[in-house]
Amino acid sequence: MHAKKEFNWMIGGPQGSGVDTAANIFGRACGYGGYHLYGKREYHSNIKGLHSYFHFRISEKEIAANVNDVNLLAAFDAETVVRHIREVIPGGGVILEKEDLNTRIQDIPTLPPEFIAEFKKYLESKGIGNTVRDLVGEAKKENIRVYPVAFLDLLKDLADELGIEKLSKVTRMKNVLALAISFSLLDYDASLVEKAINAVFIESPRIAEMNVLACKKAYKYAKQTFGDSFSHKLKKLDVQGERIFLLGHQAVALGKVLGGCRIQTYYPITPAADESEYLEANEIFELKNGNGAIVVTQTEDEIAAVNMASGAALAGARASTSTSGPGFSLMVEGLSWAGNNEVPIVITYYQRGAPSTGLPTRHGQDDLRFAIHAGHGEFPRIVLASGDVKECFFDAAKAFNYAERYQMPVIHLIDKAMANSTQSYSVFDVGQVKIDRGKIVSSSRIFESGEYERFKFTDSGVSPRAFLGTEGAVMWYTGDEHNELGHISEEPLNRNMMMEKRMNKLEIAHKEIPIDERLNFFGLKEAENVIVSWGSPKGAIIEAMEMLEDEGYELAFLQVRMPHPLPKERIAEILGKGKRRISIEMNYSGQLASIISEKTGIFMDFHILKYNGRPMTTTEVYEALRKILRGDSPKRQVLNYGS
Amino acid sequence: MVLKMSDYKTPVFADWCPGCGNFGIYTAIKMALAELQLDPHRVVIVSGIGCSGKTPHFTFANGVHTLHGRTLPFAIGIKLANPELEVIAAGGDGDGLGIGAGHFVNTGRRNIDMTYIVHDNAVYGLTKGQASPTLKLGLQTKSLPKPNINEAVNPIALALASGYTFIARAYAYDVRHTENILVQAIKHKGLAFVNIQQPCPTYNDINTKDWYDGKDRIDSTTGKPKPRIYKLEETDWDPIVKSPDEELDKTVAALRKSREWGDKIPIGVFYKNELVPTYEERISKRIPFYIEKPPSKQEISDESGAPTVTIEEWFKKLKV
Repeated sequence: MHAKKEFNWMIGGPQGSGVDTAANIFGRACGYGGYHLYGKREYHSNIKGLHSYFHFRISEKEIAANVNDVNLLAAFDAETVVRHIREVIPGGGVILEKEDLNTRIQDIPTLPPEFIAEFKKYLESKGIGNTVRDLVGEAKKENIRVYPVAFLDLLKDLADELGIEKLSKVTRMKNVLALAISFSLLDYDASLVEKAINAVFIESPRIAEMNVLACKKAYKYAKQTFGDSFSHKLKKLDVQGERIFLLGHQAVALGKVLGGCRIQTYYPITPAADESEYLEANEIFELKNGNGAIVVTQTEDEIAAVNMASGAALAGARASTSTSGPGFSLMVEGLSWAGNNEVPIVITYYQRGAPSTGLPTRHGQDDLRFAIHAGHGEFPRIVLASGDVKECFFDAAKAFNYAERYQMPVIHLIDKAMANSTQSYSVFDVGQVKIDRGKIVSSSRIFESGEYERFKFTDSGVSPRAFLGTEGAVMWYTGDEHNELGHISEEPLNRNMMMEKRMNKLEIAHKEIPIDERLNFFGLKEAENVIVSWGSPKGAIIEAMEMLEDEGYELAFLQVRMPHPLPKERIAEILGKGKRRISIEMNYSGQLASIISEKTGIFMDFHILKYNGRPMTTTEVYEALRKILRGDSPKRQVLNYGS
Repeated sequence: MVLKMSDYKTPVFADWCPGCGNFGIYTAIKMALAELQLDPHRVVIVSGIGCSGKTPHFTFANGVHTLHGRTLPFAIGIKLANPELEVIAAGGDGDGLGIGAGHFVNTGRRNIDMTYIVHDNAVYGLTKGQASPTLKLGLQTKSLPKPNINEAVNPIALALASGYTFIARAYAYDVRHTENILVQAIKHKGLAFVNIQQPCPTYNDINTKDWYDGKDRIDSTTGKPKPRIYKLEETDWDPIVKSPDEELDKTVAALRKSREWGDKIPIGVFYKNELVPTYEERISKRIPFYIEKPPSKQEISDESGAPTVTIEEWFKKLKV
């Protein structure tokens, strides 16, 4: 199905067995060879033992989504084989532990009963037995190469060579063995793999050395045992220019620091906490002139996190907090206070499968309406939604400008798929990032105008802001309705004027913020098929569109980056021209589609939805869109790929 | 210019009930600010929700009237962003020990250099007199339909257990003493907690001014009331931890002292320990220039609006 040169590698095993490290090395090694990559991490809400995997897609061009196909599966355990072998496509391969071949599926303790029941149906339909060997046999019929490896023997040899007596000290290196065997089958330049190992273990040279040895051993073993049997090869590409390789949460962290964020508060929650930890690990950074620092504070709960950020913002620091659904629920009262007091805080909201604890480590886009409506009362806010790792970076920086210029909270929506996905890019052009702090008053200005009024009525609704501590300025804030000084006021006329002042800022933001910061448009201008989406489905949609365009279909794609205030006029204009309007979202009800209907009166003709906790792949978006374009799709399609 | 107590007053009408203990606390705050000659723009009074929450509006100093129970997180955020500010948090007993109890405890762990005042009248005044977390078991103040069936929390003991490094009690109707305690609290290097016993003339008809004054206990020899309140500094009480080896004994003694209630209610400083590093010092260990360039004072952009961070250096770590 893919004409472009690319390769899909999957590595899986129990959590805690080094899947992530192996994936990190794999990605870097491919990056050194000039490839672009997109890596998706899937894991259970568990520390050790339950299944996790990493799906790496590598390509000659920038990519931002996975496909359904796997070309080479490296399985640490029987469960990985059982769960993923059917994703390997003809011509592909499976590396597995030799001893796992005899494992019976029902004996794998970590497989849930609902999975086993479903899987039995498959075995019965194929009329095959219930061991890993039976599954492998079935795969071989599909022209899939199977590479059983005696990992234990390899590890014993390794321990001997290193002079280590305890085998348990080397078992962790199984991940590097599996990785190196993969690369050996691909005939990839081993020096790049060794470079990647050294880079990943840069802090511990001894571990790096041990792993390089393991890599050499595995390369040799695979060459001797499996020869040149694997049909895929990976050649080093000759590319120019520098590349970076980063995760969504790292992109947000970098964007925040660049954008001037100097206080981050957080309470641990998946998948948001990674960002704060990354910031803390890099709390001191270089400025053009000296050093800067961000203070990262782990609070007792998300209530403290949001309110502490507000306090810091009042004192003049660019401040933010990061959380996901359950944490944001706790922040809501604080959000309302920030809205009422015109506090420029940024809340980075990593969506995951909900409601309640939901699917804590899985993907979802369930919270768009919540982000837009959360909080009692009516107050202005801006909601941003990034569509890929690069947008996470730029939006994270820009969020502070919006917050300070319009003096209101900004909620930056990310999702699990982006937070935990690795993507490679050419180095970002940061020259376009500018800092705009809005209307700030210094002490001299205050003396000119007499008494400082924090909530002074102005034409735009934006009052010049002094920070707490500004010489000559004394100010008051309150969650109560207040007068221009910030003192409590329940007077009806003042109430109206204050409501109008606050809400008018949203109108101003809507008028002033350029459309290209709020909407991305892809495809043909006059296309009759118009897709509307937001967030991480972006990558899969763009690729699926390209495939469909090759087949002669005309498509346009409107990616909403600012769902609130919604650029409704422009959306209506584009959707008005379309004949088939298709919404693609990772939630049950099509939240953006319904918001667009509410604001424009335009209803979608088709919905492609997914809410099983796994991100949309290019493959399934392509297939769903094709059904619509061929005229044989129901109004609502629910996607279900993923394990 | 010498600042007087009246310089810390705003024209906003103080709408507490006549006789409210808040007036005493409010006066003591103004007196303390004047005594310390603190510039109003350098002071931030952070309050919660309840009658005491209005204090900042009556005080001419920066005021942040926050959410119910969230006084401390706001105060911490302000102080962390600009440690030059003199931050005084003031909230009610329900605010700090009920809805905000989690913040009360966790703020103690941080020992930030600020002051926290709890207005303790044992009732929720602004919602018309329900039992607060400091109302003793079995008491039935006048708007309670039934006697209180919850044990009271001991704020002094909780502060000790949480790590506050200055712990004191004051009595709202002894304004001079309260002022003195507040001055000590503000000067203290670290997190100071002052629990102020405060009659609520409208809803607490048990712990009234007369009750504190001991008017229900007339000394048979003198014919005068025997006041319940006594001052620790008028006894041989020594609250100061002077070396690390004194810490345990002083803590235990203060805990024991905190349980005195009823006929004898101690006010004054229960515990003081400046040997514990402040949060600011802990941050400075990691970020050596934190005090000189705190989050609110860092230049984040140059004149052209370009960010000051050389993010290219950071990108190098992510290069492949």
